[in-house]
Order: sequence, then structure tokens, then C-alpha cells
Amino acid sequence: MPKWFVPLAAVTALMFAASPFLIANAPYEATMGLVQKIFYYHLPSAWVFLLSAIVCGIASARFLFGGSPRQDRLAYAAAELTVLFGAIVLVTGPLWARKAWGVWWQWDVRLTSSLMGWMVAWAYLLVRKYGGPGSDKLAAGLALFGMANVPFVYISVNYWRTIHPATSVVPTLPVDMGVALWFAVACFLLLFVLLLRLRVYLEEQRARLDALYLSLDE
Amino acid sequence: MIRTAWLVLKKDLTVEVRSLEIAYTTLFFAVSCVLFFAFALVKEGKAPEDGAAGILWIAIAFGGTLALGRTFERERQSETLRALLMAPAARPAIYIGKLLGIVALLAAAEIVLVPLVAFLFQAPLLSHPFWLAAVLLSGTIGFAAVGTLFSAMLVRARSRDVLLPVLLYPITVPVIIAGVRATAALLQPDVELALVRFWVALLIALDVVFVTLALWTFEPLMTD
Amino acid sequence: MIPLDFEDLTAEEVSRHFGRRRALSRISFQTRKGSILGLLGPNGAGKSTMLTVLATLMRPSSGAIRYGTHTAVASGAALRSRIGILGHDLFLYPELTARENLAFFAGLYGAGHPQAAADAALQRSGLADRADDPVASFSRGMRQRVALERALIHNPRLVLLDEPFTGLDDASTAALIARLQGLRESDAIVVLATHDLDLAEGLLDTALFLRDGRVAEAVTRPDALRSTYRTIMRRST
Repeated sequence: MPKWFVPLAAVTALMFAASPFLIANAPYEATMGLVQKIFYYHLPSAWVFLLSAIVCGIASARFLFGGSPRQDRLAYAAAELTVLFGAIVLVTGPLWARKAWGVWWQWDVRLTSSLMGWMVAWAYLLVRKYGGPGSDKLAAGLALFGMANVPFVYISVNYWRTIHPATSVVPTLPVDMGVALWFAVACFLLLFVLLLRLRVYLEEQRARLDALYLSLDE
Repeated sequence: MIRTAWLVLKKDLTVEVRSLEIAYTTLFFAVSCVLFFAFALVKEGKAPEDGAAGILWIAIAFGGTLALGRTFERERQSETLRALLMAPAARPAIYIGKLLGIVALLAAAEIVLVPLVAFLFQAPLLSHPFWLAAVLLSGTIGFAAVGTLFSAMLVRARSRDVLLPVLLYPITVPVIIAGVRATAALLQPDVELALVRFWVALLIALDVVFVTLALWTFEPLMTD
Repeated sequence: MIPLDFEDLTAEEVSRHFGRRRALSRISFQTRKGSILGLLGPNGAGKSTMLTVLATLMRPSSGAIRYGTHTAVASGAALRSRIGILGHDLFLYPELTARENLAFFAGLYGAGHPQAAADAALQRSGLADRADDPVASFSRGMRQRVALERALIHNPRLVLLDEPFTGLDDASTAALIARLQGLRESDAIVVLATHDLDLAEGLLDTALFLRDGRVAEAVTRPDALRSTYRTIMRRST
């Protein structure tokens, strides 16, 4: 286990343990009541989902044009986390939607493009697993195209009539809601960093093992 | 560079015209798709009203995937893709040549598909031919731009037949959505041209992004 | 694109691995213009991989290939215009005629008059009477001849051949050998991978015996290739 793992994991766990209290203390939202509180996990996980996709895209570009294996490992880890956090978003969202809008799902732009981005991450993992030799580059190419999707998701709600809340909501939150939200964002960011570093570490160990096998052949 | 693209395009068209294998099979497949969906969605002897736009684009997407797979399978035999890459020609030019070939193939299929869909669904697809052509062309280019790149990438990969749709469909969802919305808008009894213009503008933007990205990444993706 | 030229080919400690599998291991050699180098060895020895690396289609995992003073990384396309490769799969479009295949590749390599170049190539290979038949209708030997012309249509300095004698009859083999000797006389660098030792005899200036991706032995002006080969293979790794 790398040295930073235990302290970072401990901090993250403590913060997550504390977050429900902050969330409970935040005021109820006017129309939706208790159900709205899913927002405090839904929004941060959505941000981390997009962040993860961007990290994957940038690492993929650097791998494709620079050839550094470290970037490739980073891209692979980020893709897995995109799937993970995307799953969290796509579960918490409908749970909230069912109560707030009356339907589990809506085919508006933001939901559709998020689902699509999530599927691109899945496709990345499938290519890595089943593509055979050279699949690292193929997946990197895919990730670049997937990353082009991210700004589209984010700004889409501002340009289409949709029942999904627009991006102007967050900056205008009342303070006590804001506290709970930013605390949750910090939690999720820490979790993201923790998992990402752990995953990259695992890949590094694998690469070291491969190198050892190769040097056996000398 | 343009010369290279033109040479590749001419070569592709020559090869295709000799046997017409891909043209016929893609067309037949796309037509079967249309019929399949029509049968699946028909209720009380009538097809769904807005089904025409969606079914048309699905047929283009599925047929396009088939055409892409077959075209690059041809380059895999005798490893001619390698020979193309060995030439001192600029790699992006090879991509453009191949892209134009695929677009030509799909355009030929669409010329048959559009009247067929119009006929089966009583859809007034031919009421604004210029706009429909613009929609189809920009959508096809977007789809083919990504498809050509991914197919070329997959030529030497394992499981390439299955991986092409897996990679292609999520990325081209915006293109399909825009294409369908634009086509559906054209089928309304009173067409809102502003809406159609909006979707076409979006399609063109997507085309520019995809083709630029493909040109940029073609070289590193093709070298081992 | 300024065409460049080179007079020798150097491989320095070239290695290539795929995951955990070593395909090439520290291969070094040098060869000059006007010579034929043979890569000999059993299947899986790394001959095809080495040719692919020499063709700049694959980057080595470590080590370098120098074409004169140029490297593939720096010179890319300009270098490729001086390299011709005849692969195991012949790199011909079966649906096109011999003339069309040759003209296409001549154009791709920047020939000013591709049709004229194609005609000249057809004359050289003695296939002028079958020029307008699709390549798919040719026998293996004839296809090989067209493929060789395709590989040489731009007068490359470096000629790479992967198992060129496969499936050829005596007449075609003799013609190929004559052609290779002609290339040597016109100062090309020829690298030939084959496991057909009898044919390689007398043709090679240098023989590089490969085994499991490593150079087992390098012999200049080799003769009695088969017995040398047996001796080398019998040695334990």
C-alpha cells in the first residue's frame, strides 16, 4: 500500500461521514422538500463525472501525441472512474426525478448527452479489454472524441428548453445550502483523487511486473 | 495533398464500381432495416406518423456501419492499408479520400432510401428538397467522419466487427439526434425553417469538430 | 517535401516487445548500398517484425534505426519515399487491373506521369499483355511480379522483401533472383527475409540468423547456408 493511501482514505471517510449532518442541517427547498437533498450528492458526482471525462481526454491526448505510458495509465483509470461516477449520477438523478418530476427519465438534452458520455466511457473499457494489441491507442482516440461531448453536456441546458435545472442555480444558492453543497463537492473530489491515484498505482505495479517478465528474457 | 485524396477516392470508386458489392448489400440492408422497423411499429395497419424521420436515420446509421466495415475489410485483405500508409503521401489526405468515398456510397443509398421512406410513411420528405439534402449531407458527413477514423483504427484490432458499433454509436448520437430533429421538422405540415436552420448549423458545427479532430489524430492512431 | 537519400542502413540495439512478449531483442547490424542482407530464421524468429520496423511502420520499443544520418521519427514521409516493401500479403487491390494498381501507387508516390511509369513497369516484368486484367485473375507468380513492380515503382533506395519466394515456380524464382541482383548492381540496399535457405544461397552478401528475436549469428559472404543454419539452431539458447 502506498504511503498516502491510509491518511487520504481516512480523511475522505471522515468527511463523508460528516456530510449527512451538514445536509440535514441545510434548509428545505421550497417546492421539493426532503427529496431535494439528493442534490447534495447528485451535483458533486455529476461534476466529478465530467471532470473525470476531461482528465481521461487530456491524458489520452498526451498519450497519443507523446507516447508516455504514464498518461495511458492515467487515462485508463480516469475512464473507469467516469463509469463509476456516471453510474452514481444516473442513479441519483432518476431517484430524484421520480419524486420531483413524476417520471424516472426524460429525453432532454442534458440527460441524453450524459447517458451518451457514460456509454463512451464504457466503450473505452470494452476496447481496452477486447481490442487486442494496440487497443490503448484506439481507446485514446475514442476518449478524445468523448471529451468533445463534455462542454456540450454542461452548456446544453442553457440553450434548450428543458425541465432540468439550469446552470444558473448553483451560484444563486442560499448560504446554508451552499455550505452543505461545497462540503459534499470536497468529499467527492477527495474520493476521486483517492480512487484515481490508487488505480494508477495498480496499473504501475502491472507495468513493473511486465517489465520484470521482459527482463527475464534477456 | 488534394491530389492524394483524389487518387484514393478515385481508386475506391473504381474498385466499388467493378463489383458494386458494397453498394448493393448496403442498400439492401438499409431497405430491410426500414421495412423491419415499419413492421415492428405498425399499429392497426398504419405506421406511426413521426416514425419516418427516425427510421430513415436509423437505416442510414446501420447501413453506414455495414458499409464502413466492408470497405475497410477490403483494405485489410492484402494489407493494402499498410501499403497506403507506406507511401510518402500525407496521412490525413488518405483519410479524406476514404471519407469522401464513404460519403459518396451513403449518399447513393440515401437517394434510394428517401423516396422509399416517403412512400411507406406517406411523409412529405420531398417538399423541401434543398433543406433535406443539406440535412442529409451534413449528417452523413458527421457520421462518416467518425466512422472512417474508427474503422481505420480498428483494421488491425481484434473483435473489430463488434467494436465498430460500440465505438461509433455513442459518439455519433448528437449527429443522429440533430439529423432526426431536422428531418422531423421538415416533415411538419407548416415547416419552421428557423428550426431547421438551427439544426443544420449544429450539424455543420459537429462536422467541423469531428473532421478536425480526425485529421489531427489520424497520424498517431495509424502508427504502431 | 524534400526527397532525401542515404547510403547505409544501421540498426542499433533495436528491441520491440508486445506486452510481455519480446519480438525483437537488441538487434544490431549495418549494411551499405549495393548489398543484399538476408534475415534468416524459423517462423516466429522476428523477421517480419524487423522488416516492419525497418519500413518505419512500427516504432521500436528501444534502440534506433538510422538511414544514413536520418531517423524515421525526424524524417517520416520523406524517408518513406525512398523505401519500397514487398509484404507477405501482396499489397495489391484484387479488383483493379495490373495497370491500374501500378498507376495508382505510382501516383501516390508522386510520379509525374503515373501511366507512363506503370507502362514501363509492366514492360519490365513482362506482363504487358495481361495489363488490363484484374489482379484477382492472376496466378501467385504473376501477382508476385506485379507486387514487386509496385514495390519498386518509385526507385527506392531501401528494398524490403518478406518471404518473396513463397509459392513461386522455378521460372518466377529465377526472374526474381535476377531482379534482386539487378537491384544490387544499381546500388540499392536490399533486406530479404526468408526461410528458404537454398534459394538464398549465393544471393546474400550478409546473412543474419535470427532466433527468438535475437541475432544468433551474423555471417558475411555466407555459403553452405543450410549447414550453418543447422549448426546455429542446434546450439542451446
